[in-house]
Amino acid sequence: MKAPAPAMSDKRAEEIIGILLRTGVTIAAIVVFAAGIPYLIQHGSAKPDYHIFQSEPNHLRHISGIVKSSIALDPAAIIQLGILILIATPVARVAFSVFAFAEERDWMYVVVTLIVLALLLFSLSATNL
Amino acid sequence: MNIFELSGLLFIGSLIAGFLGSLTGLGGGVVIVPLLTLGFGVDIRYAIGASLISVIATSSGAAAAYVREGFSNIRVGMFLEIATTIGAIAGAVVAAYLKLSWIAIVFGLVLLYSAYESVRSRTDLLGPTQPDRIASLLRLDGSFPTSQGMQPYRVTNVPAGFSLMFTAGVLSGVLGIGSGAVKVLAMDRAMKLPFKVSTTTSNFMIGVTAAASAGVYLNRGYIDPGLAMPVMLGVLGGSLTGARFLAGAKVKVLRIVFSIVVALLGLEMMYNGFVGKFVQ
Repeated sequence: MKAPAPAMSDKRAEEIIGILLRTGVTIAAIVVFAAGIPYLIQHGSAKPDYHIFQSEPNHLRHISGIVKSSIALDPAAIIQLGILILIATPVARVAFSVFAFAEERDWMYVVVTLIVLALLLFSLSATNL
Repeated sequence: MNIFELSGLLFIGSLIAGFLGSLTGLGGGVVIVPLLTLGFGVDIRYAIGASLISVIATSSGAAAAYVREGFSNIRVGMFLEIATTIGAIAGAVVAAYLKLSWIAIVFGLVLLYSAYESVRSRTDLLGPTQPDRIASLLRLDGSFPTSQGMQPYRVTNVPAGFSLMFTAGVLSGVLGIGSGAVKVLAMDRAMKLPFKVSTTTSNFMIGVTAAASAGVYLNRGYIDPGLAMPVMLGVLGGSLTGARFLAGAKVKVLRIVFSIVVALLGLEMMYNGFVGKFVQ
């Protein structure tokens, strides 16, 4: 059965997605920039050692640690928080698409989109891959 | 050189990379890893982490502009994202076990291919007229605006496109790039989407693909805030400026020059991989 004139057209959904993406990127860039200034004041005069690889400390690599250290106003953690917001932006776009397809009663694509969303959430939360 | 000076140089380098990348359509992410490793001696794992972040930023930043034009096919994009996200997670996981010299060599090959793909002349071939069974089942056919009104098109070779997209995802996860060239190959050549549709749909997908591997890289501690900050802000600023210039710019010569630079960087990555400059 054809859906009766959906309230959410593809075009309208894409417009909302465009706004969503731009907002996410803007917020992420502002957070990273704002935290970058105190970060450089703190670490700016140190010698860089990026040629030697060592994993980032725990509080800069897992969501809970990043949030906790950001509340404690650690500039490095707030940069990571901005990066998390950036990573979350396409995830939010996929999550929104689930609703957009549901509005159109396009159940096949609701399932397709849920699979993509599940994969994204898995990669963000799996700490031992 | 201290961190302050390095951050400034990285910001300027990323700004130029983002600007040229968006102006020429090659993407800024493709030169970030060579810039960081060959130019600044940064460990390739940190470089890949920072590059992934810049790829998400440019893809999401540019999407807003693309969306208005109405070229992208969200069903094709979403369906193929199943393949790219699985590939991206697999690639990010496998990358931890690959020899760094191998990663550098594969990176060089992909740079060479991207350079070739960007100078190759493209013309829209006449698309398939017969409906494809799988494409119809998945409702992938669509239409896009042209000067003569909405132009319908059909999609074909879905399994081949899906497999190529998995490969694009793996490359994205291993190398920290958007794999735009492989994505366009899958949609443009295999699935016979019109050129404009495949380019914009590919840009739409790049952010989702990169986000899938970025999660793995972040959790593994490969994303350093001090490096990611100037690279992300630089590439984003450069690519948004480039997109603004795009309307009036004559990019043909620039694209050839930038492609040569990318190809040379590819050769240098491969050379450094072969002589074992990238060690664990």
